[in-house]
Amino acid sequence: MIAIAGHTGRAALQAIQASLQVCLLMVNTFVWTVVAPLRGRGFRTRYAVQQFVEYGVNSLPIVTLICFLIGAIMAMQSSYQLSRFGAVHLVANLVGVSAMRELAILMTAIIIAGRSGSAITAEIGTMKVSEEIDALEVMGLNVNKFLIAPKFAAMVLAVPMVTIIAVLMMIAGGYTISVFVLGLDAMRYIEQTADALTAKDLVIGMTKSVFFAVVICWVGVYRGFQVAGGAESVGRQTTSSVVTSIFVIIVLDMIFTVFFYFAF
Amino acid sequence: MSDAAENIIDVKDLVVRYGDRTVLDGITLSIKRGETFVILGGSGCGKSTLLRNLCGLMRPQGGSIVIGGRDFTAMSDTERVEARKRMGMCFQGSALFGSMTVGDNVALPLREHTKLEESTIDIMVKIKLELVGLSGFEDYMPSELSGGMKKRAGLARAMAMDPEVIFYDEPSAGLDPVVGAGLDMLIRKMQLTFGLTSVVVTHEMESVKLIADRVCMLDKGRVIGMGTLDELRALDHPFVRQFFDRRPDEEGGDSSQYYLSITGDMR
Repeated sequence: MIAIAGHTGRAALQAIQASLQVCLLMVNTFVWTVVAPLRGRGFRTRYAVQQFVEYGVNSLPIVTLICFLIGAIMAMQSSYQLSRFGAVHLVANLVGVSAMRELAILMTAIIIAGRSGSAITAEIGTMKVSEEIDALEVMGLNVNKFLIAPKFAAMVLAVPMVTIIAVLMMIAGGYTISVFVLGLDAMRYIEQTADALTAKDLVIGMTKSVFFAVVICWVGVYRGFQVAGGAESVGRQTTSSVVTSIFVIIVLDMIFTVFFYFAF
Repeated sequence: MSDAAENIIDVKDLVVRYGDRTVLDGITLSIKRGETFVILGGSGCGKSTLLRNLCGLMRPQGGSIVIGGRDFTAMSDTERVEARKRMGMCFQGSALFGSMTVGDNVALPLREHTKLEESTIDIMVKIKLELVGLSGFEDYMPSELSGGMKKRAGLARAMAMDPEVIFYDEPSAGLDPVVGAGLDMLIRKMQLTFGLTSVVVTHEMESVKLIADRVCMLDKGRVIGMGTLDELRALDHPFVRQFFDRRPDEEGGDSSQYYLSITGDMR
């Protein structure tokens, strides 16, 4: 009985501690990305640009390929269903809207979480193991300013930009299948996609992708700082970083979907 | 001149705990300006913890650390940053930033803390690397250097801001005797040419003989002896004797104690 109480208490304390750490991380990233640069305390622009290239530009090949394929798959799968109602021409609407509101945004976030979220954790974790984080502190350099703020800014810019390209690629995938396999009219497909998409879809999609970017960065950094001990811990936290990011992204997606469904 | 002015570091009743375990238990010591002070002790005696407290990586639970006349434990964060510009630290594994070249590593504190022109920084980096015998290695990545060279590069980085105190964490650990001795000579050279105060944590007697002005010996979180190496050698403390004679702990010991330690609570 005492053991159960003790266990619950410890778990609760740990949870409180963890959420305090996450809050601190949130405040710090905000302060060092937005407030501190405005007050002239500096921002490592060059490093941020490097990170932007790494998160954004370098992930383009894989993101575009995957989104193109998913667009194509979606077109084929939906035409299989729609043809029973003689509504194959609606493939354009289906692919366009689900790419813009949901699938391209989710896919991009998940791919970048796997590629760059894990890289952030591994980098910070390795720096912690090899005392590089301590070295920064001894030199009087702020970890938030030096590492986290540039990564955060780069991620928040990169993910939405890659997402827009991903949406276009997904529509292109659907177009390719519809026009060359299902035999739909090319011009009509484009017109129909343009008609189906509204500004609201764009706003919803972009809002979500900005939040996903924030999640990827925070989870990556948080897991990186949880590394303790040696290389084995780096591996464990890196895996955990990807799993946690994907989980949080999907939960957040659910919340957003419910919110947009009822609110707009 | 009073004693306090001469001392660059004054530690008083320092207490550090990890959870329930007391690692440092009332450490009091003072380090004079310009001397090489060695903190000696066996593994796990708390000497690295002491060093981490001295350079401000940890905050102690009790006691005070006065560096250059100011209490380090009572400073605000911005004051700490200022204080840190006047100290350098050489880490055990060098802790060079793996994503930057050696030159950028040394230039980093200068770029972040000063408003010097890039050309000036370039020259200063060359001077610092020359000082540690690594001239021409600016464009190498840390992973391309040997262990000894990494430590030298780490020292060059610690020297970048022309500090008053340099802390060394196990400078010759993991190096062969020749390279280790070279590093010891380097520590000596820094002290003689720049009048630097060096605080060295080590357990290698050979290097202590070469570099130490004064030695402080730790065991189980307490200072058990302080003074020159000869003074320490004359002490009659059992652990000091054991350490200097390089004798292992007595094996076996009390057999009932052993039973208790492996069976734990099952009495």
